[in-house]
Amino acid sequence: MSRENGRMRVAIASGKGGTGKTTIATCVSVLLSRAGHNVAYLDCDVEEPNGHIFLKPEITGQERVCLPVPVVDQDKCTLCRKCEEICQYNAIVCMGKQTLVFQELCHACGGCALVCPANAITEADREIGVVEDGHSGEIKFAQGRLKIGEALSPPLVKAVKRRALSDGISILDAPPGTTCPVVETVRDADLVVLVTEPTPFGLNDLKLAIDMTRQIGIPIAVVINRCDVGDNKTLRYCERQRIDVLAEIPDDRDVAVAYSTGRLPIDAVKGYSDRLQPLVQRLSGGAR
Amino acid sequence: MKELVVISGKGGTGKTSIVASFASLARNKALADCDVDAADLHLVLAPRILSRERFVGGRETRILPGHCTACGKCEEICRFDAIYFDGPGNGMVPKTFRIDPLACEGCGVCAHFCTENAIESKEAQNGEWYISETRHGPMVHAKLFAAQENSGKLVSLVRGQAKQLAEERGLDLVLIDGSPGIGCPVIASVTGADFVLIVTEPTLSGKHDLGRVLELTKHFDVRSAVCVNKFDLNVEMTEAIEAFAQESGAQALSRIRYDVAVTKAQVMGATVVDYTTGPVAQEIKALWQQVVSEIG
Repeated sequence: MSRENGRMRVAIASGKGGTGKTTIATCVSVLLSRAGHNVAYLDCDVEEPNGHIFLKPEITGQERVCLPVPVVDQDKCTLCRKCEEICQYNAIVCMGKQTLVFQELCHACGGCALVCPANAITEADREIGVVEDGHSGEIKFAQGRLKIGEALSPPLVKAVKRRALSDGISILDAPPGTTCPVVETVRDADLVVLVTEPTPFGLNDLKLAIDMTRQIGIPIAVVINRCDVGDNKTLRYCERQRIDVLAEIPDDRDVAVAYSTGRLPIDAVKGYSDRLQPLVQRLSGGAR
Repeated sequence: MKELVVISGKGGTGKTSIVASFASLARNKALADCDVDAADLHLVLAPRILSRERFVGGRETRILPGHCTACGKCEEICRFDAIYFDGPGNGMVPKTFRIDPLACEGCGVCAHFCTENAIESKEAQNGEWYISETRHGPMVHAKLFAAQENSGKLVSLVRGQAKQLAEERGLDLVLIDGSPGIGCPVIASVTGADFVLIVTEPTLSGKHDLGRVLELTKHFDVRSAVCVNKFDLNVEMTEAIEAFAQESGAQALSRIRYDVAVTKAQVMGATVVDYTTGPVAQEIKALWQQVVSEIG
């Protein structure tokens, strides 16, 4: 865990969706902030960002996030197909007497413009989403919002991550799953907290998320939410794998009701903050 | 033959439990688990794998330390900050360049422009996909290897294989379990489908995410309807969501209550409608009847 300069990045991820990632991420951000830490909450679930519902930030700024995509000057184009050959994403294709660009397939690698012998390709910005900046009390807030119909979210996640604090604790709320946008969110974190529930789906997806995180080589801690539904296989699995379970939170209708209306359970449900104390302690241990 | 996709926007709303029940209720169908990030349908349907294939999605690119002259051209042109100057030395230079596979997008541009032919870029196996038999019919599913990319490509592959299987066997329906979100794998699972059922929950997050997923289905011009699962957690919110769905041009279908039987069924590896005959199963059956008449 990185302790230099009191900088700590914690990604809250899950594998399975709906296990309580955002609840844990927002509650922990508030608890750490109340304890006097410098905190940033960064919503990296750019497809479906929900943290704002609970932190109710004041948004003070916005950045458009764009990718450079190719524009072909058809007069200069000699139809040599070198661009088509270098493109791994079928985003640029010579058809008839024209070279067509399929912008939504383009990953913005820049290969086509570099390889074009006729200098017929320039690049233009295409917006894939925005990052909104603001604050919620003392907490620095940022979230990405992917434009509807866009497939490529990692560049937007990267833009959100640029808001991480150089001094303080940054909480990165990850999307569900285990692929590209999740990898982008967690890859330079100091700790990944995996939020799960003790059901067969929860455990299966937890194992996938653990595989992913170990592959990247980041320390893991687990939070078991709704710990009294399902079975005890998740806890046993974590014990066998020697993974710290930093919180076990019982199922509580009051939590679900608070969540449904956008209230933080640490404020709406008695005893909820106490359940998160070991997690809060662990996170504040890495930063001062 | 029709394609029905079940998605949710927000994760954890009960999508897969509903798909598993539909699998038990539907006749003459093939199943496709397109939630390749975190596939769970197999946990209930216990597939017997008949065939197993490699999924080759992207490219794996690496710098050969023995050939690298540390000229730095690759680092200069890489748009993904994937190249680091901390590789092992060789007889020519004390340090070489190295590619971080997590940051690498597999575009192969560095390999193309390397004057020393020191960069190897080859097709990479990113996962596996399977054709299986289950007690509720044939199923196509997949596993993406840890920290791998190209989930959209794999979704398209699984969906295409399920469709082909349905055609070969003369089945009327492909029932598709989608993934949460609105990105690459979701787009790959809904484009061109006949009908999309969006399963949501009565929370502000559920409503917010439903809004985005409805915009997505509208954007791709796919017919969609909405089901509020666990509706009794917040009836007021359920009504607001249903009104919102109608305004957005999506029909609100039968609600489903919150019931611990859903979790119990999952623990037993059973579908909800096979596990219980209680009200929650009746509501899922009513939902299925509505979906059937919508698909036509």
